[in-house]
Amino acid sequence: MPLIWIILAVLALGAAGYVLGRKRAVSSAGGDIRILHSLPNYYGMNVFLTAVVPALLVLVVWLLVQPAVIQRQVTQLIPDNDIMESGELSLIMSDVRRVADGLDRALEQGALSREEARMIRSEFTNIRETLASIGVALGDDVNADVLAAAQRYRTLQTTGNTLMTAAVLILAALGLGYAYSRTHKDFRARNTVERAVLSILILASTIAILTTVGIVLSMVLETRDFFHLYPAREFFFGTEWIPSFEGGSHLGLLPLLWGTLYITFIALLVAVPVGLFSAIYLAEYAGRRMRGIAKPMIEVLAGIPTIVYGLFALITVGPMLRDYFAEPLGFGTSSSSVMTAGIVMGIMLIPFVSSLSDDIINAVPQSLRDGSYGLGATQSETVKQVILPAALPGIVGAILLAASRAIGETMIVVMGAGAAATLSLNPFEAMTTVTVKIVGQLTGDTDFSSPEALVAFALGLTLFAITLGLNILALFIVRKYREQYE
Amino acid sequence: MDDMNDMRLVERAVDDKELKIAADGVDVFYGDTHAIKAVDVNILDKTVTAFIGPSGCGKSTFLRCLNRMNDTIDVCRVTGNILLDGEDIYHPKVDPVQLRAKVGMVFQKPNPFPKSIYDNVSYGPRIHGLARNKSELDEIVEKSLRRAALWDEVKDRLTAPGTGLSGGQQQRLCIARAVATSPEVLLMDEPCSALDPIATAQVEELIDELRERFSVVIVTHSMQQAARVSQKTAFFHLGELVEFGDTSQIFTNPKDPRTESYITGRIG
Repeated sequence: MPLIWIILAVLALGAAGYVLGRKRAVSSAGGDIRILHSLPNYYGMNVFLTAVVPALLVLVVWLLVQPAVIQRQVTQLIPDNDIMESGELSLIMSDVRRVADGLDRALEQGALSREEARMIRSEFTNIRETLASIGVALGDDVNADVLAAAQRYRTLQTTGNTLMTAAVLILAALGLGYAYSRTHKDFRARNTVERAVLSILILASTIAILTTVGIVLSMVLETRDFFHLYPAREFFFGTEWIPSFEGGSHLGLLPLLWGTLYITFIALLVAVPVGLFSAIYLAEYAGRRMRGIAKPMIEVLAGIPTIVYGLFALITVGPMLRDYFAEPLGFGTSSSSVMTAGIVMGIMLIPFVSSLSDDIINAVPQSLRDGSYGLGATQSETVKQVILPAALPGIVGAILLAASRAIGETMIVVMGAGAAATLSLNPFEAMTTVTVKIVGQLTGDTDFSSPEALVAFALGLTLFAITLGLNILALFIVRKYREQYE
Repeated sequence: MDDMNDMRLVERAVDDKELKIAADGVDVFYGDTHAIKAVDVNILDKTVTAFIGPSGCGKSTFLRCLNRMNDTIDVCRVTGNILLDGEDIYHPKVDPVQLRAKVGMVFQKPNPFPKSIYDNVSYGPRIHGLARNKSELDEIVEKSLRRAALWDEVKDRLTAPGTGLSGGQQQRLCIARAVATSPEVLLMDEPCSALDPIATAQVEELIDELRERFSVVIVTHSMQQAARVSQKTAFFHLGELVEFGDTSQIFTNPKDPRTESYITGRIG
């Protein structure tokens, strides 16, 4: 029975359970729903959930476990010298699966009868040709061991599927019967449904957390491989970045980290004052009409794709900085520079800082403003001495969020600051960042067992650690100072 | 008989006081709403004047006209004359910021800044440059806290945040903060409505002491409070000033039937 039919059958059972449960509840109260502990729908929902949820859970677990079990059983059939020949067990197993699927497909299309499919022998039939005629391409001729394994695979698969269908449907029916038998006017169906809702919410948040854990784990595993091939000390303290796929690379983190921090610093130097001041203007001074126009205009900046900012950096800001500042002042002749990327990234971050700060400033209670005005303070005195201190934790949080965004930015850096990994103080020199190098190491033909490719994961993990640290710092600051005003 | 004589003495004392604020034909509009209609009130120096009346009658709005706090509301428009010491406070030459230093305000809900107790009190004096050095500032802070009857409770923790005090202490801190700029008039907008009875009693006692130096105007919902702390009472109803006179007269012998109805609890 195909999977979709099993699911539909379970849902149909559940729906029937809903109707039955609801009816039984109403009749147990003699038709007067005021006597029921819960509304009739809750009784229906309870039966539906008890029928559907355990059955579908078992289905999911079964689908996850069955392939692993079958794989283990089939693997035993394959002799060791076959494995030696083709080099990898996984290659043979994929052949086995293809043959098994091919036989099934041949059966479906009528190219083979059930009996023929069961009795087929590699000695008498050219299985490769037979399967090719129905559109299943095999890389190699099929030998007896693989065929035997494939046949075993087929039988196990069929039994497994039958058992699964039976188990799931029986479980759904049992759940329905159990919940139906418990349905009575005193049964607290509302509370049961409440618990089901709670577990859905918990499940959702668990998925989010597990995804993060999964991402970190995969990064950690790859990074461990990298550190087997390349000494950690040289990675963290190396001052040279010269990757070469022929070997003998220098993969030092410091030039990349320096570029990242330098560009982020300049970006914040642009974004924080501009963003904060515009937020103060919008929140405290601007009239309603001005605010209605200016706020969406600023937020449009947030909607511009970073590649467009990159073009702006490449074509406008870079050459301008070179012609009017770098060359006349003797700082160099490069149009891609830390300054270019930093300024353009700063512009990109303005809406982050201004929009978040604006919300935070608006959240400062009006009573504090009244108190300050009532003492004869001017508007700017009030902003400087009352509102900003009260809003400070939130503003710091906004700035740190903007910083993590800047650290993770790639496109603007590629187009604005170039790809040369240099350690320099000159802001008009081309530099590059961690993210750019991650992209650089993983694009094109890469050999995932070389340190030159694996270094990308170490870089990614380092970046993740830095931004995570910043976010934790932001959370800490916000939490520590949050209760300053009610 | 003795009581009657005392009463007359108090009244005569009030009559001797000089005029502080004279409001003449004041109208206030919120957009299209006519919130205050042709109100005339004379507020005397070193006197507590109470504004009473049912909710929404405009007494708080009128109070906020006296230090131009309504300027911060866009749609609010004030017409008529309000003279402070004979000068029109709505004259274009008058800077509302300077005016608010002279006419301090205490709000309904205690609103200490999220700063230390010391910084809360020294906020006004610092802004207006009232102290030449740190020791003068210390002196102003101590004096103001003493006037607000809070000094003994907080003198050992002046650096603690003002928001950490209890509700009554917070309100007295706000009074100290207002007193610290040495205003001439102190406006209080239902200063006890968020306080428990004990804190209320403390603040009322304080208001009575403040009368020695300032002219105090208090908006209150509690008629008992008005009777306890004020010498003059103004009764507002639906944006009109119904009756204004000595507190003893308003509460014992109101001239207008609406005042009588409100005081005896028939409207409110």
